[in-house]
Amino acid sequence: MKKQFFWRISLIATATVLSLIFFIPSTPLHSSLPEWLQKYGMVLGLDLQGGVHLVYEVDGEKAVDVTRERIVSSLRNIFKEQKIEGVSAEIQNGDIIISPDSDDVISTVANEFPNLVEHSRADGKLMYGIDESEVDRIKDFAIGQALETIRNRVDQFGVSEPTIHRQAKYELVIQLPGVKDAQRAIDLVGKTAILEFKLLDDESPVAAQLPGSIPSDQENEIISQYADQIPDGDEIMFGKVRDKETGIETKLVYLIKKQGLMTGEFLTEARVNIDQRFNEPYVGISFNPEGAKLFEQITTNNVNKRLAIILDNNVYSAPNIRERIAGGNAQITGSFTMQEARDLAIILRSGSLPAPLKMLQNVTVGPSLGRDSIDAGIRAGLIGAVFVIVFMVFYYRMSGLIADFALMLNIIYLIGVLSVFGATLTLPGIAGIILAVGMAVDSNVLMFERIREEIRIGKTPRAAIDSGYDKAFWTIFDSHVTTLITAIVLFQFGTGPIKGFAVTLGWGVFINLFTALIGTKTIFDFITTKWEIKRLSI
Amino acid sequence: MIEIIKKTKIDFMGKRNIALAISGILILIGFVAIIQISRGTANLGIDFAGGTAVQIKFNETIPLQDVREVLKGGGIVDFDLQDLPTENKILIRIKKKDATLGDLPRKIISVLSQEFSESNIVVDSTTEIGPKVGARLRNDAMWAIVAAIIGILIYITMRFQFRFGIGATIATFHDVLAVLSVFFLMGKEINLILVSALLMIAGYSLTDTVVVFDRIRENLKFKGRKSTIEIINMSLNEVLSRTIITSLTTFFAAFALFVLGGEVIHDFAFAIMLGIAIGTYSSMFVASPIVLLIGREKTLSRK
Repeated sequence: MKKQFFWRISLIATATVLSLIFFIPSTPLHSSLPEWLQKYGMVLGLDLQGGVHLVYEVDGEKAVDVTRERIVSSLRNIFKEQKIEGVSAEIQNGDIIISPDSDDVISTVANEFPNLVEHSRADGKLMYGIDESEVDRIKDFAIGQALETIRNRVDQFGVSEPTIHRQAKYELVIQLPGVKDAQRAIDLVGKTAILEFKLLDDESPVAAQLPGSIPSDQENEIISQYADQIPDGDEIMFGKVRDKETGIETKLVYLIKKQGLMTGEFLTEARVNIDQRFNEPYVGISFNPEGAKLFEQITTNNVNKRLAIILDNNVYSAPNIRERIAGGNAQITGSFTMQEARDLAIILRSGSLPAPLKMLQNVTVGPSLGRDSIDAGIRAGLIGAVFVIVFMVFYYRMSGLIADFALMLNIIYLIGVLSVFGATLTLPGIAGIILAVGMAVDSNVLMFERIREEIRIGKTPRAAIDSGYDKAFWTIFDSHVTTLITAIVLFQFGTGPIKGFAVTLGWGVFINLFTALIGTKTIFDFITTKWEIKRLSI
Repeated sequence: MIEIIKKTKIDFMGKRNIALAISGILILIGFVAIIQISRGTANLGIDFAGGTAVQIKFNETIPLQDVREVLKGGGIVDFDLQDLPTENKILIRIKKKDATLGDLPRKIISVLSQEFSESNIVVDSTTEIGPKVGARLRNDAMWAIVAAIIGILIYITMRFQFRFGIGATIATFHDVLAVLSVFFLMGKEINLILVSALLMIAGYSLTDTVVVFDRIRENLKFKGRKSTIEIINMSLNEVLSRTIITSLTTFFAAFALFVLGGEVIHDFAFAIMLGIAIGTYSSMFVASPIVLLIGREKTLSRK
C-alpha cells in the first residue's frame, strides 16, 4: 500500500514540477533562462500578439500568358532566321495562331517547341496551345518563385518569425507576427514589382491636351474621355503624387508609348541614396553589363525625349534624357519618404513576382487589441476559477477542497503541456482553458455524487469511495471521449485561432481524466488509509 | 451534506409531449436559420460572407453619428457601424462580395485619420475576407458540424445501443440547432467563432446525456416489474442533481468569460452559456424520450 502511494504521489509531483518548469519560458522571465529552456513555452497567436495573416492567390494564368508571349516572339525570330517568309504568329484568345500553314512551319514549331500542341488547322491557319502538363509546370514554378521572392522581401523587411507557405494549389499563406505597420508590410509583400522603361509620346498633339494632374479617383474618367483620341500604340498612364504637407494624393497624367524598351530583369542592385541638393531620398539602380549596354543604346537613340520609369503601372518619374548614359546606373526619384525609398529598394532587389497576386484574406491585429484580450482573458479565468473553487468547497466541503486541488493541478498541467509542445495560444484558446476549468470539476462532481449514493445505502467511507469511483469511471470516460471527438474535428476544420481552441480543449480532456482518476483518488486513498475516517465530509 | 436538489419525483416522461413540441419549434427555427444562412440572407459574419471589417479605437468619445457622416463624406458606402461595449471603439463592416481586397481598409483609415487626426486613432484590427475564402470557410464549418455529429453517433452506438446513439445524436443536433436559432432570432452575427462554440456545445452537452443514459442502462439491468417509462423517470430523478451541478460549474466559467472576457469572446461565451442550459434540458427532455420512442417493443436491457 505504502509503495503504491509513493509511486502515485511522485508521479503527481513530478508532473507538477515539470509543468511549472516548462511554463516559465512563457513568462517575461524568458530571456534570462538557459538556452535549452528557452525553446519551450507557449507561442502567442497572431490574435494575441498582433500581426498580419495574409492569404494570396497566385495568378498562374498570367505566368502562362507571359510564357505564351515569349514563345510567339521567339517564333517570329526563328521564322526570320530560317527565312520562312510571310508567316505571322500572334495570340488570339489565349491561342497561338500561325498562318499561313506549311510543312516548314509545322516542322519548325514541332522541333523548337515540343510543348506546343496543335489544336486545329483551318483556312491555312494553325492554332496552337501550350501542353496541359507544361501549363501546370509553369503555374507551379510561378508559385514557387513567388514564395521565394516574398520570403526574400520579408527577410529584408525584418520580421522576427515569419511563416510563409503554400496552401491548396495556388495559394500562399504569409504570417507576420508582431508587425507594427501592417499596411507597409502588405505593400511590400503584395507588389508584383514589374519595372519597365517606356518613352513618353510628347510629339502627339493629345499630350498637350491632357491635364497635368487630376484628383486620385478620376483615372477612369480621363481614360474614357480621351479613348478615341490617343494614337495607336499609346496609352494613358498615371503617377501617384502625395503632397507632403496636406497628405492629399493626386495623380499626374502621362501619354506613354506602349512598347517597352527595357524591364527590371537586368537589375543587379538597388539602394537608397540621398540627393544632396534637395536632401531627398531616391533609389539608385545598377544594371548588369547586358542591361547597361541596352540602357546606353536607349539613351543614345532618344536624347531630349522623356523616359518613364514605371513600376506596376505607376509612373514613378519621367526624366528628360539629356545625353547618352553609359555605365549602367540610373535613378528612380519621386517624392519618397526615407521609408518608402527603403521599401522600394527592397522590392527591386528581391525581384519581381512571376505573376500578380490576388489577396484572398487579410487579418491584421494591432498589438493593443491583443494585449487587451490577454488581460481580459486572464481576469475572466481567475474570476471563473474562484467561482468554481468556492462553489465546490461550499457544496462538497472537504471533498470539495480535494476537487479544487485537482482543479489547480489541471490548470498547471494544461499550461505545462501547452508549453512543452510550444502550442500557439490564441484568444479562443484562452477561452478553452477557462472552460476546461469549469469542466475539470465535472468528473469530480460525478464521482462525489456516486459516493454520496453509496454512503446513503450505508457503506463505509472507504468502500463508498472505491465503488463510487468504479461506477462513475465509464460515465466519465464516455463523456470525455465525446468532447475529444469534437476537439479533433475542430482541429481538422479550424483555422488559426480556432485550432488553438481545439488544442486546449483536447489536451484539457486528457489532463482532466488524469487528475480526476489518479489525482483525487490518490488523495482520498491517502487520507482514508492514514486516518480512520468515520464520516466523509462530502 | 448540502443538497441543492433533494430526492425528487418529477415525472419527466409525462411532460415529454410538451418538451417535444418546444424542441420541435426550436429545431424548426434552426432549420430556417440554416436555409437563410445558405441563401446568404442571415446576419453572416464577414468570415462567411466575405467583406471588410475595421475596428478603430478612439482616444476620446466620438458619437457614432459623426463617424457615419465622416465615412459617408469620404465616399465610403454600404457600411454598417457598430458600437462596442468597451469604450470608444467602433467596428465598421462592409459586406462586399467582389471588391478587390486591400484598398478599402486603407481608405477607411485615411478618411478617419484626416478628420479626427491621426494621433487620436488606433487601428485595433482589420479583416478582409475574399468571397472564395468566405465560401470555403462556410463549407468547412458545415462539414465540421456534420463530422462531429457522425463521430458522436458512432461512439455512442459503440458504447450503448443504436437507439441510445440516435437519442444522443438527435439531442446533440437539437442543442446545436437551438443555440443557432436563438442567435438567428436575436439577429446576432453568425460567424466562425459561433461555429466553434456550437461544436464545443455538441461535445459538452453529451456529458449530461451520457450521465443519464448510463443510469438508465444500469437501472434497466435490475428492471424488476417496472415499466420502461418508470425506469427512465427514476433514472432521471436520480441523476438530476449531478446533471445540474456539472452544468453549473461550467456555466460559471462561461459566465465569467461572458462578463469579463472582452468583446471578441463575448458572443462565444454567450453561445456556450445557452448551449449548457439547453444541453441540460435536452438530456432530460429530448434524449430520453427519443430512446423510448424508438423501438418501444424491444427490450431495452440488451447489452
